[in-house]
Amino acid sequence: MRVLVAMSGGVDSSVAASMLVDAGHEVVGATLKLWGGQSDSGCCSVADVDDARRVADQIGIAHHVFNFTDDFDASVVAPYVADHGLGRTPNPCIECNRHIKFGTLLERARRLGFDALATGHHARVDGGALRWRLRRGADRAKDQSYVLSMLTQAELAQVLLPVGALTKTDVRAHAALMGMRTADKPDSQDVCFIQSAEGRRGFLGDRLNMHAGQIIDADSGAVVGAVPAVELVTVGQRRGLGVAVDGRRLYALEVDIDARRVVVGPAEAALTEKVAVGRPTWVEAPLASGAAVLAQSSAHGRASACRWWGDSVVFDQPVALVAPGQTIALYDGGDTDAVVGSAVAA
Amino acid sequence: MYLDHAATTPLRPEALAAMLPFLTERFGNPSGSHALARAARLAVDDARDSVAGHLGCQADEVVFTGSGTEADNLAVLGAHRVVGGSVVCSAVEHHAVLRACQSVGGRTVAVDSAGVIDLDALSDALAPGVGVVSVMLANNEVGTVQPLAEVVGLVRRRAPGAVVHTDAIAAVPWLDVAAATGSADLVSVSGHKFGGPKGVGILVVRRGTRLEPVLHGGAQEHGRRPGTHDVAGIVGCAAALTAAMDNRESDVSRVEALRDRLAAGLTAIDGVEQTVGPSDDHSKVAGSCHLLVEGVDQEELLLLADDAGICASAGAACASGALEPSHVLLALGLSADRARSAVRFSLGTTTTDADIDSALAVIPKVIEQLRR
Repeated sequence: MRVLVAMSGGVDSSVAASMLVDAGHEVVGATLKLWGGQSDSGCCSVADVDDARRVADQIGIAHHVFNFTDDFDASVVAPYVADHGLGRTPNPCIECNRHIKFGTLLERARRLGFDALATGHHARVDGGALRWRLRRGADRAKDQSYVLSMLTQAELAQVLLPVGALTKTDVRAHAALMGMRTADKPDSQDVCFIQSAEGRRGFLGDRLNMHAGQIIDADSGAVVGAVPAVELVTVGQRRGLGVAVDGRRLYALEVDIDARRVVVGPAEAALTEKVAVGRPTWVEAPLASGAAVLAQSSAHGRASACRWWGDSVVFDQPVALVAPGQTIALYDGGDTDAVVGSAVAA
Repeated sequence: MYLDHAATTPLRPEALAAMLPFLTERFGNPSGSHALARAARLAVDDARDSVAGHLGCQADEVVFTGSGTEADNLAVLGAHRVVGGSVVCSAVEHHAVLRACQSVGGRTVAVDSAGVIDLDALSDALAPGVGVVSVMLANNEVGTVQPLAEVVGLVRRRAPGAVVHTDAIAAVPWLDVAAATGSADLVSVSGHKFGGPKGVGILVVRRGTRLEPVLHGGAQEHGRRPGTHDVAGIVGCAAALTAAMDNRESDVSRVEALRDRLAAGLTAIDGVEQTVGPSDDHSKVAGSCHLLVEGVDQEELLLLADDAGICASAGAACASGALEPSHVLLALGLSADRARSAVRFSLGTTTTDADIDSALAVIPKVIEQLRR
């Protein structure tokens, strides 16, 4: 097969490329330049591109850099900023996977005549024609099926995830054995286009009008504090609000940007059984209403038993509030490693 | 098939032959006084005389530098440091000039849709306080030749104290540079664009034009460009320039015919046009075939062309190697989207009929595949 492998300059995609070469495929590497601004990690720094190129040189494959900055800005960064302005907490990695890696890049791979697109994600694709399944990675601690949960048959038919069958330890061992310069590179963290020095507050502050707001106690209706920017408060958040009533720690239950208020309440109020959702995607067929599945609402969160009701999921046991904008990955109730679909908390 | 001669062109055999002794037994440092040093000094002096003859200047006006970029920076920054005042350049300058100008707060002057500098806008920009004006002779991306004599005349009238620099790097081996740049105070060229080795630039500094060095060190090049001479490079550059200029007229007519055949063949495809079309109002250098391919992304076209053995390019790359939307094309008034459909095929004196045949066999298929 002719395979285009997306190489971020990290150890996982380095090893993915190497495994594909070892398997006898005709492999070409590509690093995406996604962010035109400052960045200290992720796919965009010159040092990361250098790492990807030198690994490609080492394993004897061609390497290209694709400039997707405009697309990334329009499909990932701008919606990320706009969602915060609406009081939502989006997951930009998922939108990048949806629109860029398995959107723009996959389309490009097809036009260029590649049979498949590979990435270094820790997840597995198995099955066969029209019945492709997406599964959790073999290394459960590093599993990235959550951020791929929006993939469908249309993409999975042409997606290879070679390191999904390995543990991270195995991946690093493979890289070390090959003498790759990326063998000991730390895992990437956080949102790639936000510098740790400026943080989310600095990044959004430059792009969004922030509004100070009141903190309202849900029980009493009393104003118990203030926040400098309601746009930066996430539903379910406890830290950083700086309020406690009668020594109880309080959680953000509701963010109302228009009214400039954050409603807070105690831990027991920050639980829910029902989460309204929209924008579902399905690995195969849509779930039937009432289907028993597992739902996971953060990259490394726990998958909890629930039922799918079309416009909501209802958990068997109360779970922590899910902020609007967060993706909920749905896993098969029986074959619990298998992703069945995704939806976005409304 | 190599169609990226504007990026660099192969070393001419005359240049290689001239260089070899200085990479081997004649390794002396020309700044020394013993026999081996004097032999190297002689070679650099001969090269300087030869270059001066081709560029229409005196030998003592030739400053050898380490690259065309360095020559441009020495011109803009070196003149600015002496003359002061503000700096003006065209909006389509190579980054070597553009960024040097920007580094001292310079302003740019607009061009028309063919890339020709807007003389009215230049006139407006030329206040008496302007100290340095830099306008290229030929554009490295789209090939447009600027009306340099008019530019210089305008500067002399409107800002008589200003130093005029022209980046003539993309003009060699195509134009009669001596005739075209005679009125400019400072002229840059770069050896590897005309069959010399990489790593040698030349700045012509007319007598009476004061210049502060950018690098500090020894007395080489009258202190204007310190640093041990790259003797082999300088000798190779001079030999290449001689070969280029001796054959210039026949090369130009032959390459122009090849370029026109390539352009005609590719613009016969729907939605493919020359970025700067043929016109009486301006001329283009013979090697330049710059196209806009509607509905095709330049990164994809270049990748498939490369797979099929055709080397071409588009615009400038950033530090990561990604293509950036070309400031030249944006200055011509193209949208960023349109600019991303641009590809540059550039021919050189070694380009053959067979090269054009190959390109005409491959590129239409590539465009068809990418549009499917």
